[in-house]
Amino acid sequence: MMNKEEYKKHVSKTCPKTKELRTMILAFLVGGTICMIGEGFNDLYTEVIPTFNSIQVSQLVTITMIFLGSLFTALGLYDKLGRHAGAGSIIPITGFANSVVSPAVEFNREGLFYGIMSNMFVVAGPVIVSGVAWSVIVGIIYFIIGAV
Amino acid sequence: MEIFLMYLRVFVTGGLFCLLGQILINKTKMTSARILVFFLSIGVILEATGAWIYVEGFGGSGATIPIVGFGANLARGAIHGAKIGILPALTMGLESVAGGLTAVIIFGLIFGLIVKSRTKKM
Repeated sequence: MMNKEEYKKHVSKTCPKTKELRTMILAFLVGGTICMIGEGFNDLYTEVIPTFNSIQVSQLVTITMIFLGSLFTALGLYDKLGRHAGAGSIIPITGFANSVVSPAVEFNREGLFYGIMSNMFVVAGPVIVSGVAWSVIVGIIYFIIGAV
Repeated sequence: MEIFLMYLRVFVTGGLFCLLGQILINKTKMTSARILVFFLSIGVILEATGAWIYVEGFGGSGATIPIVGFGANLARGAIHGAKIGILPALTMGLESVAGGLTAVIIFGLIFGLIVKSRTKKM
């Protein structure tokens, strides 16, 4: 027989590691696959719309991936994927779309203003605020470097 | 063969970013908002230091589809704007991600309006 402490040690040694490894592998596979889908659209748009330059193509790919992330969130499939894939579904841009659409759908019966429009940014808000703050900091630093 | 190798690089690069994120979640119990902000910041720093071009050159969409690419885009816009003047230095970061932001907001609004909430009414 082992006492409580030993049992705890035993559990922390064996149980979570296999689970952690599983989540890591799934995150890698799902994240990589989503990026490959993006690359597929990139190749497709480059081929189909020759008038677009590479920046416009990559912008269109981003919008496409955001649309797909939103659609699968609305269908309830993205959150199912997220339960298994973890970071593999959070870090791609589709996960950013999911973080906006998911609360928008969840709270929509509280009305347009306080339901959809304000809850859309519960997760995306910090991302957008920190992104704008970063861009201003980088802009100012590069402006000063360029001036001297 | 060439195209197969490109897709493999995309897969590995994108996968590695997500693997790194999953390790962070497992070890620190970070929430998804923190994870997103963390990786956005990595993208900003990589672009600002000039390292991003190599990451994107290697990984293609594996680098641009994760949120790090969003951060890199922000910084690239700001750096580009800084060459023009102080006002573009402040505004062009947001301008470069305007497409993605607009898409997120509009699709959020549309799907929020047309899809029924799955959580039951209280």
